[in-house]
Amino acid sequence: MTEYVVLSAILFTIGCVGVLTRRNAIVVFMCVELMLNACNLALVAFARQHGNLDGQVAAFFVMVVAAAEVVIGLAIIMTIFRTRRSASVDDASLLKY
Amino acid sequence: MTEFVKPSVEYAELWPLFLVFGLACLGVVVEAFAPRAARYPAQVLLTLGGLLAALVGVVLVARDITVHAEGAARGIIAMGGTLAVDGPALFIWGLVLALALMGTLLFAERQLDGGVTAFAGQAAAVPGTDAETRALAANREHTEVYPLMLFSVFGMMIFASANDLLTMFVGLEVLSLPLYLLSGLARRRRLLSQEAALKYFLLGAFSSGFFLYGVAMVYGFAGSMQFAEINEAIRNSVGNRVLLVVGIGLLAVGLLFKVGAAPFQAWTPDVYQGAPTPVTAFMSAATKVAAFGAILRIFYVAFGADRWSWQPMLWIIAILSMFVGAALAITQTDMKRLLAYSSVAHTGFILTGVLGVQAAGDLAAGEVTSTQAVLFYLATYGFMTLAAFALVSLVRDAGGEVSTISRWAGLGKESPMVAGAFAFLLLAMAGIPLTSGFVGKLAVFSVALAAGAWPVVVAAVVASIVAAFLYVRVIKVMYFDEPVGDGPTVVYPSVLTATAIAVGVAATLVLGVLPGPLLDLAGVAGGFIR
Repeated sequence: MTEYVVLSAILFTIGCVGVLTRRNAIVVFMCVELMLNACNLALVAFARQHGNLDGQVAAFFVMVVAAAEVVIGLAIIMTIFRTRRSASVDDASLLKY
Repeated sequence: MTEFVKPSVEYAELWPLFLVFGLACLGVVVEAFAPRAARYPAQVLLTLGGLLAALVGVVLVARDITVHAEGAARGIIAMGGTLAVDGPALFIWGLVLALALMGTLLFAERQLDGGVTAFAGQAAAVPGTDAETRALAANREHTEVYPLMLFSVFGMMIFASANDLLTMFVGLEVLSLPLYLLSGLARRRRLLSQEAALKYFLLGAFSSGFFLYGVAMVYGFAGSMQFAEINEAIRNSVGNRVLLVVGIGLLAVGLLFKVGAAPFQAWTPDVYQGAPTPVTAFMSAATKVAAFGAILRIFYVAFGADRWSWQPMLWIIAILSMFVGAALAITQTDMKRLLAYSSVAHTGFILTGVLGVQAAGDLAAGEVTSTQAVLFYLATYGFMTLAAFALVSLVRDAGGEVSTISRWAGLGKESPMVAGAFAFLLLAMAGIPLTSGFVGKLAVFSVALAAGAWPVVVAAVVASIVAAFLYVRVIKVMYFDEPVGDGPTVVYPSVLTATAIAVGVAATLVLGVLPGPLLDLAGVAGGFIR
C-alpha cells in the first residue's frame, strides 16, 4: 500500500522537476501528464486502502480530462511551432515586464 | 464495496446550469451547419438570450430555494451529493452570468476594428502568410468564441457549487480549457496572443496537477471526496494528518493559481496583456469570482474544522499578494499589465475577507459575515475590472489598441468621457469613498479585524496606500501630462461596448453610494450548506 503512494510521490516529483527544467514545450507537457498519472496511481491506491470506489472512478475522470487537455495543449503548441518554427519555451519571451 | 446508487437529478434547481451547457452545445451545432454570414448574428443572439434566461432562472431558483435541514442556511445538495445549490452558490452563479452577459457584449463589438470583432480571422493560418491575408481580406472572424465562452461559464458555475473534490476538479478544467484557447485568438499582435495562450496553458496544467495531487492526498486522509465527510473525518481526527496537511497545501496551490495570488501570480500579467482585451475583461472578472466561490466552499465546508492549519498560510499569501501586486504595478509601463498587477493586489484584499469570522452566530447583529463581505467585494471587483478593460479597448491607433501608459498622456483633453470614466474606475480600485471599492474594502477589513487578523488588515491598509499612488499616477498622466505628438485616438464604440461600460461604471457608483441592498442580498444568501 504505502509503496504505491511513495511511487506516486516519486513520479509526481519527477514530473514537477521536469516541468521546471525542460525547455521543449512538448516535453514540459509530457511531464504534466506524468504528474496527472502519478495522481491516478495515488487515487487508485487509496481506493484500495479505503475499500471504496471513489478513487477509481476519479481516475477515469482524470483520464478523460487529461485527454481533453492534450487536445487543447497540442493545438496551442502546434500554432506556436508553425509560427516560430520552434517549440522551445525560452523562445516565447515577447511578454515580459 | 458499496453498490452503485443512481443519483437523482434536481432539474427544478439545476436548470440554469443545464441551460448554459445546452446553449454551448447548440452553439457548436450552429457553427457546424449555419452559413458563414448567419453565424455571427445567430451566435450573439443565442448567447445573449440564453445567458439572460439563465440569469432569470437563477433569480427564480434563489427565490424558491428551500431551507436546508439544520440551521439558517438555505439550499439543496443535488446530483447525488456532487453539487450544492445554496445561497453563496446562487449568488456567484448570478454574478458570473451577469459578467458573462457584459463579456458577450464586448466579444460582439465590431465597430472598434473596422467592422470585425477582436478575434482572429483564421487562427490556424500562420501570421504573415497568404492564408492569413486572404482570411483578413474576406473579413472572416472566429464565431466559435461564443460557445467557448459558454462552456467556460458552465465550468465556472460547476466550480462554485461543487460539493466534492472530483466535481471541483472537473469544473476547474471545464472553466480553464476554453480560456486557454480564447487567450490565443487575438486578431492583432497574434504572436503575443499565442505566447499568452502557451504560458497560460502550461502553467494552468501544471497547477491543476498540484490540485489533483491534493485531491488524492485528502481522499487518502478521509476516504471520501465529499466535503461533508472530509469535515467529519477532520472532526473525528481519523486518518493520517500528514496526508491532510499536504493535501490542503496542494489544493491551495491549484486554487490560488486560478485567482492569481502571489507567489502564483506570474502568469497574470502576461496572459492579461497578450489575450484579446474582451477575453481579458471577461476572464479577469468572472474567473476570479468563480474561483473565490470554490475557495470559500472548500476552506469553510471541507476544511472548516481545521482552520488553524490553513489560516496562517492564507495570512502570508494575502499579505504577499497585496504587496507584490501593488509594488509591481507601480513599475509597469503597459496599462493591461498594470491592471493585471492591480488584480493581484485585489486578490490579496479578497483573501483578507476569507480570513474573517464565518459563522453568523459569533457576530453582533448588523455585522457582516466573511462570506457576505467576500461576495460583495467580488461583485464590486467584477464590474469595475470588466469596465476598465473595456475602456482600454477604446484607446487605439492605426496598429490597434494602444496600451502603453505614456501614450495615454492628454487623454483627458482628447476624450473627457473616456478619461473620466477610467479615472472613476481607478479611484474605485484605490478605494476612495463613494465608490464601490471603498465599501468592499471596508467590509473585508472589518470581518478580518473581527476575527483577530489585525496584522493582515494593517498590511492591507498600507498596501492600499501604495496602490492609491499608482492609480493616481495614471490619472495624472491622463489629465496633466502634455499629449505626445502621435497620441492615440479614442474610437467611439457601438452600443454593445458602450452598454457594458455604462453598466460597469453605474454598478461601481451605485454600490458605492447605496451598498445596502446588495450587502443584504449577500447576507440573505446565508452560509454554505453541507
